[in-house]
Amino acid sequence: MSGVHIAPPEQQPASFAFTAENLELAKQHIAKYPAGRQQSAVMPLLDIAQRQHDNWVPQAAIRYIAEMLGMATIRVLEVASFYTMYNLAPVGKHFVQVCTTTPCWLAGSDKVLSACKKHLGINPGETTPDGQFTVIEVECLGACVNAPMLQYGDDFYEDLTEESTGKVLEALKRGERPKPGPQSGRLSSEPLGGATTLTTFNPAGNAGGGDD
Amino acid sequence: MPTLTIDGIQVTVEPGTTVLQACELAGKEIPRFCYHERLTIAGNCRMCLVEQEKAPKPIASCAMPAADNMVIKTDTPLVKKAREGVMEFLLINHPLDCPICDQGGECDLQDQSMGYGKGASRYDENKRAVNDKYMGPLVATTMTRCIHCTRCVRFAQEVAGVPELGAIGRGEDMQITTYLEQAMTSELSGNVIDLCPVGALTSKPYAFTARSWELRKTETIDAMDAVGANIRVDVRGREVMRVLPRVNEDVNEEWLSDKSRFAYDGLRARRLDRPYVRKAGKLQEATWPEAFAAVAGAFKGLQGSQIAAIAGDLACAESMTALKDLMEKLGSPNLDCRQDGAKIDASTRAGYIFNSGIAGIEEADAILIVGSNPRREAALINARIRKRSLTGKVKIALIGNEQPVLTYKYDYLGAGAATLKDIAEGRHAFAEVLKTAQKPVLILGQGALARADGAAVLALAKQAADGLGLVKDGWNGFNMLHTAAARVGGLDLGFVPGQGGKDVTGILAAAQSGEIKAVYLLGADEIDMSKLGSAFVIYQGSHGDAGAKRADVILPGAAYVEKDATWVNTEGRVQLGRRAAAPPGDAREDWSIIRALSEPLGHKLPYDNLGMLRRRMLQLAPHFAAVDKLTPAAWGAFGTAGTVTDAPFVSAVADFYLTNPIARASATMAECSAIARGITQPKTGTHD
Repeated sequence: MSGVHIAPPEQQPASFAFTAENLELAKQHIAKYPAGRQQSAVMPLLDIAQRQHDNWVPQAAIRYIAEMLGMATIRVLEVASFYTMYNLAPVGKHFVQVCTTTPCWLAGSDKVLSACKKHLGINPGETTPDGQFTVIEVECLGACVNAPMLQYGDDFYEDLTEESTGKVLEALKRGERPKPGPQSGRLSSEPLGGATTLTTFNPAGNAGGGDD
Repeated sequence: MPTLTIDGIQVTVEPGTTVLQACELAGKEIPRFCYHERLTIAGNCRMCLVEQEKAPKPIASCAMPAADNMVIKTDTPLVKKAREGVMEFLLINHPLDCPICDQGGECDLQDQSMGYGKGASRYDENKRAVNDKYMGPLVATTMTRCIHCTRCVRFAQEVAGVPELGAIGRGEDMQITTYLEQAMTSELSGNVIDLCPVGALTSKPYAFTARSWELRKTETIDAMDAVGANIRVDVRGREVMRVLPRVNEDVNEEWLSDKSRFAYDGLRARRLDRPYVRKAGKLQEATWPEAFAAVAGAFKGLQGSQIAAIAGDLACAESMTALKDLMEKLGSPNLDCRQDGAKIDASTRAGYIFNSGIAGIEEADAILIVGSNPRREAALINARIRKRSLTGKVKIALIGNEQPVLTYKYDYLGAGAATLKDIAEGRHAFAEVLKTAQKPVLILGQGALARADGAAVLALAKQAADGLGLVKDGWNGFNMLHTAAARVGGLDLGFVPGQGGKDVTGILAAAQSGEIKAVYLLGADEIDMSKLGSAFVIYQGSHGDAGAKRADVILPGAAYVEKDATWVNTEGRVQLGRRAAAPPGDAREDWSIIRALSEPLGHKLPYDNLGMLRRRMLQLAPHFAAVDKLTPAAWGAFGTAGTVTDAPFVSAVADFYLTNPIARASATMAECSAIARGITQPKTGTHD
């Protein structure tokens, strides 16, 4: 059965502290809230901790944040375990989140997953033996119009097929960073078969929208 | 005030009342799991759904404020269907293991599914399973049974003040746990067992030992501390199977400290179940007549002044009355119930009780704690102070050698008598706080009194009470916090040195020097036995602790749940304990032992039954007639002004779990104590 997966004690670092840069950032977040309400900053702080610590939040960071915000440790753990975006156990260097909610599934997310299996040799929820890749299934990431899609870091790779997913993964393996966004060549979330309106409208100096 | 109609009955309620409370006022029963009147409202179990006219859906009555002209229906088909639906959802993942569940027979979920459920489920899929969590040596967990009402989480956060429980994960993966499965660090942790409406949190020591319907239930009084919590003792045969709290709003509300709840296994261990007489340096089993003859032989030819008596922390008022009368007849003025050596003045009752009452704390607006750690000495009173503290209407300060975590905020003023003196003489800033408060309170712990300059400290506290207006019309904020159930009763009955008599310190010194030749210990185990010298020691008590080890004659007595007896709590509240179980073997009720012994000693006591003895108690202290009531005490002079030393005040209780012979005999308490002191690593239970 599923449940909250917290890394076992032997994987937990003994201590955690923000880098000077991140501490500054954390202070900025805390300063957004009135005195006595600094607990409101718990989510951004957890996010900073996760980014600093190889994409997962160790228990030492939870205690560190609890102390920083004057919260009970269990209250921070409650937040960290409630939101699926926080990883409480180590993940691979490349963290691939494949959306399999209904729109993506209808548009072929199974193919995306099978591409992951083919190119990385792992099923959703697993990490490659070399610790390079972790693939997980996630619920809707809000990019249904470009389904199916996956999230890598802060970027979305959209309009995927088995083939284009493979290309993205192979590029990641080589240490490259493929261009995010639709992999089918379409711009943003324009209609799939090309524009259907404003086809004759072409003001000078404006050849089209951005691709982000 | 809102007036609403509930099933055609009009009720008018206080503003802020919930619909659920209004329904109760109208005499309608509303099923519930998450709602508890002493905790904040969660509204997450949905069992309390009722129909509100003009509302599109059923409403959760526990979370809906009662408003004017509401029309509520609790007995319509819609409500019935809603309850059936909620119950079906709750049971989707609840295991059908009632036959092996300790909650079976007294389970809210069981009862309510019988009363409001449908009787069948349409759910065919597998039920979820949840790993059990370690929560310490007291609370057993079967987390698969949890219905996520979060009562335990709210109790830990709000009442106990130890935010260690929480719900991690979400949706179907939600689990209740302590942070990384550490033991709860609360003296009130056992209460989550009572709060849990299902069998997820049950008592670990009680696990699989009895079923609720085979227990004989006796309502009595706890003697583990001076709070006098009201308890129910559940017995099978002659064995105490468990101890539960009873509701008494003025004393313990409905909570109970872990020592009171779990020390009962100490009632089975190290018991004195027959008399012993020391022969050739060794304690040997004896019969009652042999033991009495040994005492009579030792007392023969002794003058009254060569005999002394000390009463311990668990002694009941009856046995102290009998022993006091016996000592009087023997001509001895050397008796003391203050075995810790506290310099309490027994002449003025207001000078040694918790005058404001425990419930009075909820009115206090300034509290000064002196020489006490209420969390260890009286966990339930500490919970009251926390309750008051949460309203934000009280300022709390503390004088003592350490700055303990008391679960509420306080100002630390200083370590010892110098600070108290500053306050008493109005030089300290906190003196102004007390002075301007409407209902100021001073809590004086035994740690400030059980020392050589105790009488002077008491005088300082009296000076502060007088000078800072702690005692005024309709309010007496001078509160002495005792740690022993026996203490106030002993002081009330005058179990203190008579004319020219010696107190505990004097008795021990005289015994060491050989001046006192015989000492009668009535359950007194916390004195320094090495100071008894070569005196002949009679130990009457229930457990083989320090006193029995030193004794020359052991007279086996009854423990607190094994006798009909009276205790007076720290407030001066007289409460009757009732016999829940029989004492083991040849052990007898304590007053009857002294009565029986009085005959061979040639000073037959004039009472043949409990009624006659209690009439004698009324002669000594008339307020013993006012059972369960607080008798206001007149303010008067007490304490002896003198010089005080700089020594810091040290709390009278160093280890919450091991304060008396019963608790020290308890394996459960020993385990709790070890974990609290960080000596052993807790077992990590059955997970992974």
